[in-house]
This record gives sequence, C-alpha cells and structure tokens, in this order.
Amino acid sequence: MMLGWTDHLIAAPILLPLIASAVMLLLKEQRRMAKNVISLVTVAVLFAIALALLLRVIDMGFAGQTVTRAYLLGNWPAPFGIVLVIDWLSALMLVLTSILGITSLIYALARWDRAGPRFHALFLLQLMGLNGAFLTGDLFNLFVFFEVLLAASYGLMLHGSGAVRVKAGLHYVTINIATSLLFLIGVGTIYGITGTLNMADLATRIPQVSGTDLALLQSGVAVLGVAFLVKAGMWPLGFWLPGTYAAAVPPVAAMFAILSKVGIYALLRVYLLLFGGEVGWAANFGEEWLLFGGMATIAFGTIGVLAVRTLSRVAGYCVLISSGTLLAALGAGEGAVLAGVLFYLVSSTLGVSAFYLLLEMVERQDEDAGVQAVVEPVFDDEYTSAIVEGEEDEVGIVIPATIAILGGGFIFCALLLSGMPPLSGFIAKFAIIHGLLGLEHTIAQPIWWLVALLIVSGLATLIATTRAGIDLLWTPSDRPHPALRIGEAVPVGLLLLVCLGLMVFAGPAMWYMERTGQSLQDRQGYIGAVLGAERAGPVEGAQ
Amino acid sequence: MELILALGIGVFTGSGVWLILRPRTFQVIVGLSLISYAVNLFIYAMGRLRVDAPALVGSGAVTDPSSYSDPVPQALVLTAIVISFAMTALLLVVLLASRGLTGTDHVDGDDGE
Repeated sequence: MMLGWTDHLIAAPILLPLIASAVMLLLKEQRRMAKNVISLVTVAVLFAIALALLLRVIDMGFAGQTVTRAYLLGNWPAPFGIVLVIDWLSALMLVLTSILGITSLIYALARWDRAGPRFHALFLLQLMGLNGAFLTGDLFNLFVFFEVLLAASYGLMLHGSGAVRVKAGLHYVTINIATSLLFLIGVGTIYGITGTLNMADLATRIPQVSGTDLALLQSGVAVLGVAFLVKAGMWPLGFWLPGTYAAAVPPVAAMFAILSKVGIYALLRVYLLLFGGEVGWAANFGEEWLLFGGMATIAFGTIGVLAVRTLSRVAGYCVLISSGTLLAALGAGEGAVLAGVLFYLVSSTLGVSAFYLLLEMVERQDEDAGVQAVVEPVFDDEYTSAIVEGEEDEVGIVIPATIAILGGGFIFCALLLSGMPPLSGFIAKFAIIHGLLGLEHTIAQPIWWLVALLIVSGLATLIATTRAGIDLLWTPSDRPHPALRIGEAVPVGLLLLVCLGLMVFAGPAMWYMERTGQSLQDRQGYIGAVLGAERAGPVEGAQ
Repeated sequence: MELILALGIGVFTGSGVWLILRPRTFQVIVGLSLISYAVNLFIYAMGRLRVDAPALVGSGAVTDPSSYSDPVPQALVLTAIVISFAMTALLLVVLLASRGLTGTDHVDGDDGE
C-alpha cells in the first residue's frame, strides 16, 4: 500500500516540536528574536497540522468511512511494531493542545519567557509529549510520552525559580516520579499476563484472561488506573494539584490546564477500549470507583473553591472540579454522556486556561503576591536576562479601559467555569445532566447525588469568583490600574473567542462530540483499523 | 532464583516506600531510586525468568521460539532505566536548588523551628 503525504502528517505533531526544540538548544539564550520566531512558527504550523488532521477526520466521517487510521512507525505490522493512531478523539485533543500552545506562547512572549533559561525548548517539548500521548496506540509509548511531557513540565514548573516554586516543584516532581513508577508496575503486570502492550491487541486479549491470571491482571489494571487518576487529580490523589498550579508562572499554568486532562484522555482511551465491552468481567470494570471518586473530587473541589482566598488557588480547585465532573460522568453514564463529557472537557480546559492567564493580569495590582516576585537565578550559566522589575511601567499602557477589558474577561471566565447560561460551560453541563437523567427509566440514587453535586459545584465556583472579582475589580483602590499589554490581552481574547465559537456553533461541535463518543464505543472498529493496518510499500517475505 | 528475586524486589520496594515518607529530600531521592530498581527488576521478571535462553534470534531460521527468552521486557527495562535515571538527576538539581534557597533539606523547605 502506498501512503499519500497526508498519511505521514500523523507523525508531524510529534516530530516538528522535537526538531524545533533541538534547534532551540543550539541557539544562545541572548538570541531571543530567533527563538521567538522559531517557536511561534512551530506552534502555528502545529495548529495548521492539527486542523488539517481534524478536517480530514470530519471529511472521512461525512463520507461514511472509518476514520481511525493507524500509522506504522518503522513499517512493522501492528501488534509488533509501534503505532500512532489518529481518530476522532485524538484529532480533537491535538487541536485543543495546539490552541493552548499558541495562546500560552503569545502570552509568555510578552514577559514571562525571560523569567528563566530555555523556556522555549521546554515549552516545545511539552507540546511534543502532549501530542505524542494523544496519538500513541500502545501503553508503553503512552508511558514514554507521559515522561516526555512530565520532564518538560518539571522544567516549566520551576521556570522563574524562587523558593515557593522550588518547593512546589520538589513536591510535584516527587509525586510524578512515584506515579510513573506505579504506571510501570501496571504496564509490567499487564504485559506479563497478556503478552502485549498494543491497546487494540490488548482489547482482544483481555476478555479471554481467566483463572489466577485474572486477579493479577485486575490488580495491574488497577495500579495503572491509579497512575492515571493521580494525573487527573482525583480525590484523594489530587491534593498536590492546586498548590502546584498556583506556584507555576501564568503561561505555564495555562498550559498545565491540559495536563490533568491527559489523565482523563488516557482513561477515556484505555478504559473505554479495554473495559467497554458488553460481557464478562471486563465489562465496566471499576466504574463505581470512577463514579464515587469523581463525586468526592467534585465535593472536595467545591469546598476548596469556597475556602481559598487567592485567585490562582480558585483556578486550581476549578481544575479539580472539572476533573471530578469528567470522572464521575464517565463512571456513571458510559456511552450516553460521552458527548457531553467531551464537550465539557474542551470547554473547561479552554476556560481554566484563559482564567490562569487573566488572573495574573488582574492580580498584578496586588504586587505583594509573593509568587510573582521575580528572583535571582539559582544557576547562572548562560542565562542573563532576568526580568527587570519596573520594566513594565515603561512598556505597559495604562488606560481606563483596561479595567473594563479585564472585568469583562473575568466575568466571561467566571460564567464559563461555573457553567452558567449562555456560555459553552452551560451547554456542556446541560448535555451531561441530560445524558445522566436519560439513562434509564428509574434513576439511581448516586445519579441524583451527582446531578446535585454538579449544580452545587457550579454555584460554589460562581460565588468564589464573584467574591474575588468584587475584591479585585470593584473595590476602590489607590493603586494605579494594572498595565495591560496587547500581547497579553490577545491570547485571553483568543481563548474566550474559541469558547464563544463553541457556544455559537454548539450544534456542529456537539455533532462532532457525538461522533467521537460513538467511535470510542465502537471498539471493533478501532481494533480492526489498528490491527488491520496495511504496511506501506512492497513488503518482502509477507506471510 | 524466583524466591531471591521476589525477596529483592520486596526489600527494595519496602525500603523505598519508607524512605519516600521521610522528611529529608535526600532520603526521598534514595527512596525513589530504590523503588525504581525494584520496578525495573519487576518488569524484567514479567518476561519470565529463564537461564541460558538468548533474547536475540540468530541469522539462521528460528527453530523453536520457546528456546528464546522474551526480548520485549528487556527493551522496556532499558527505556525505564534511562528515564528513571534522568528523572533522578533532575530531582537532584531541584533538591540542590531547594537547599540553596531555603537553607534546609526538609521537603517543605521549613524545619518547623
């Protein structure tokens, strides 16, 4: 089989940022212009590629073809070689990642990329890890790409240095290394029992496991699940999350908004593929854990969001609430709520990301916020250009309209995160609740609790953000208005515009999410597409 | 052999978990390293323990697959070793930075004094 150039496009979201960040390392820190241009071009091209892949998926979906495509790296047949797989979900996540990549990068270029060395290289590697995790078709590569994105995120987490960040970073790195070891134990056990790590191959083999192997396999899968849930921030595994995200510099925190969603993605992919079957022990293995764990996470996030005083922590608890909502809905409803879950995933990721970017601008008048203080570098290698405090007074434009723009953006974010009408957050929550209530004729008790929790968490988010908003925006203050730069306002505007687009074009977006949900449930389609992928070119010695 | 390996993995993991829960950063690093050794051995053991069985197939025809040991876990272990080694190195740097900034080796940067 010959491959067209569009087939090779699948590998580009991984290769491009890798190459770009390698080039970046060769450039001296002082050549900022070159670095800025390279990263901007890279993220722009990444966005174009992701969009091209998405459009191709939609085209093929309309034409009624199977959308799932496997790309055989090294041209080895599927269960033996490494595969990249693109389908509805992967294409969606790629586009989401590249949108966050563009906006966070533009925001960082305004000021924050100078707060420490090698920001651009790490940022691009982070994108590579994310794209790889969304594209890979086997468990061990999922681990490798997790490590790539985590390694980059360790660097980004510490970007800007300072005692607060280093302390939070130390906890973050330790927790994630321990989690990665759990991931490995899970993967090792699964391999020991089934003899494969290719997800499609696993899906065919897992239902056949029985006897004493079954207990081992189940514990392996459970350990793997714990690893995913730590990333997703499920209670009681997610205590690290709000503090860590609050300590990171804003553009990094905005990028981290999708990091917890990687855990959710891994669950969606692995859980639905391996345990979405109709019969046997594998059918919905452990769904009650997702449901009740998710509900506990929502409750914890709700209490947290009301309890904390700083905005960056409010945003952190919003991340937890959104993770909890996704987990609980996934555990409660299987297929019926998938479209709503995916819609919520996209909308809440964009909303939280915009919120992280926005709140730093809003809080800038509050200069004693310790985290934002710029500190001396710990290691002085070639790194010379720390942000000079006071620089912003020269560059920033102080206009009365700033507070109006910030306030407008803030209200927009608050409505989005709390799920109030008419924004996309509401549509997403409505779709989830509608799906949950339409599951069966008699609605089980836990489902009622979940629906109540969803609504209460929205209310709590609204209260918390309103309180903070009144404090920061309405209270008369002697301090000068925060300076607003175009480079910082534009990315927030872009993110909110995408959310607005999700609201206006809710119909087509929902159609896409529904198709994604269907494809996630069509396990045979995925298995067939991956294991049946033909090798490219003339193959010698074919069986 | 199985017993020794199992005991080794158990001892590594047990000591590692205990060390991770200690309040000093260096203990945490050593603990993580010990657990990563245990995990590496565990992955290796998941390919089943075999003596005198090569993992590589020679250029001649494969006569009997059962006379070879499973090469995949060995490849996985290599990757896992490299990754955990890199992560430990990175954590060491963070440890030093934390020590430099806070003046203590407590994991919370504060001895509670």
